[in-house]
Amino acid sequence: MHSDNRITIPIGPQHPSLDEPGRFDITLEGEKVVNAVIGVGYNHRGLEKTCESKTYVQNLYIIERVCGICSHAHGTAFCMAIEQLAGVTIPKRAEYIRAVVAELERLHSHLLWLGVACHEIGFDTMFMYTWRNREKVLDILADLGGNRVNYGVNTIGGVRRDIDADMVETIRKALDALEEETKHYVEIAYTETTLISRLKGVGVLSHEDAIRYGAVGPVARAAGIAHDVRVDEPYGAYKEIPVKVITDTHADVYGRTVVRILEMQESINIIRFCLDNLPDGPLSVRVPRRIPAGETIIRVEAPRGENIHYLRSNGSDIPDRVRVRAPTEANWHGMKHMLEGGYLADVPITIAAIDPCYSCTDRAIVVKSGAKTDCYDWRGLRQYGIDWYKKRGIDVTALKV
Amino acid sequence: MTNVNLIKKAIEWGTEKSPWIIHFNAGACNGCDIETIDSLTPRYDLERVGILKQGSPRHADILVCTGAVTLQTRDRLIQIYEQMSDPKFVIAIGTCACTGGIFEDCYCVTGGIDSVIPVDVYVPGCAVRPEAIISAVDKLLEKLKNAEKDENQQKNAEKIEEKTETAKNGEETAEQKEEPKNDA
Repeated sequence: MHSDNRITIPIGPQHPSLDEPGRFDITLEGEKVVNAVIGVGYNHRGLEKTCESKTYVQNLYIIERVCGICSHAHGTAFCMAIEQLAGVTIPKRAEYIRAVVAELERLHSHLLWLGVACHEIGFDTMFMYTWRNREKVLDILADLGGNRVNYGVNTIGGVRRDIDADMVETIRKALDALEEETKHYVEIAYTETTLISRLKGVGVLSHEDAIRYGAVGPVARAAGIAHDVRVDEPYGAYKEIPVKVITDTHADVYGRTVVRILEMQESINIIRFCLDNLPDGPLSVRVPRRIPAGETIIRVEAPRGENIHYLRSNGSDIPDRVRVRAPTEANWHGMKHMLEGGYLADVPITIAAIDPCYSCTDRAIVVKSGAKTDCYDWRGLRQYGIDWYKKRGIDVTALKV
Repeated sequence: MTNVNLIKKAIEWGTEKSPWIIHFNAGACNGCDIETIDSLTPRYDLERVGILKQGSPRHADILVCTGAVTLQTRDRLIQIYEQMSDPKFVIAIGTCACTGGIFEDCYCVTGGIDSVIPVDVYVPGCAVRPEAIISAVDKLLEKLKNAEKDENQQKNAEKIEEKTETAKNGEETAEQKEEPKNDA
């Protein structure tokens, strides 16, 4: 594998620092990374195709298992797509419960990430601390949904589980304890010199590059882009919940760490707001088994960023097409750019910094040559977007940014 | 011979007292993976009973496998299993790893872990709770001890048989030896 002074090192698919299978061919010149080839697809199971042969209710449980960490975000997006096609409005209480679970999920996902990231830089004490505190969130989720992972709170037309008064008290207590711990993390992120010097300037994706490569979630927010679907296009209970978008200007791994830690505090605030304003009412409404023909796109803010679900129905009880665009898929494009120019020792933490989820990402698209395709240029796409919103009574051009 | 036996005994003792695990995701949804890591962190802390997560298959005794096997990871899984040194054991974590589970019908999935490599312990659940993983490891260790006991018993039985045989042979030879004396 030698050519001139360059060495290519294959990393993965089984690798100590990666929990999921992914392959990276890193070309080195000395210690510097000059080229990186990213190979994903080891986790491709063919979910989308399977969804086309099962009913909507069965699909809900398959879609939840796209990813075990952000299962609620996928489930919510899929349910919202079905509800939109069916023309159903779900009860307010269900929307709030969905928001509570979504924020709990964000909490546990960010704690998980913080632990893994600290493990990558050799800060194993922090890894143990964060994972210990993560158990508090998992306890709540287990109480709420009956399962620690893949809680299955969502159902088509609402939620399956209620939050009663006792539960509210338990959640509040756990949140108080977590808030104290989060303050400690904030202190570490701002004052711990080893952590700061290890993470600053690593895996830089500048503001312009983040826009160019279409980064989403904490990666984009760390580059100073205030992009958050909960604020940009509020859905469900987020129309009423005040959400503060956390941004940072470091544009590197350190920035992503700070953003995630501060987002944990924000999530705690959102859960508190939801619990204070939890409306009364039923948990779910009846949705017909057959969904009217049509197509829709739903955007949901998952812990890792913007999660997009596309659903096309043909009027039967089986979907015509399901498409999942998970946030990690958007963030992979900038990865090559982030790795190049860095050191080999920084590769694991740079990969970990986007919080990659391979099982979310590994979807397949078949491109048939010769088939009729609609290809938009930027102007055409913009016009399409404006028309799409106009049909729904929103004039985007009138908005001031 | 004694040296070989001693080394073998040391390895058996090591595997039994401190089994090292390697984790491989063969196409899981992440749920079982984080629960596997979870069982190594403070609340459950499998490390206190001597279980250590290893990065290299060469250093590991137990392959902890999650997820239904996809076509892409299939060869890798076989490769990793072959790289592990004997004695080696496989734990299938999660319903997907046991049977293929919810992904059974997917076109890119070959089925459970046992469709590719032999599995010693199956842990069903979606996702598996850390308690179940701990119990699985415990069961595997028990199986190991019992296997050792059985082996020892077998060896002892063989030894006894050998002894009796040699004794019999000895008697026979003695008789044979004696016979010519009598003749003489």
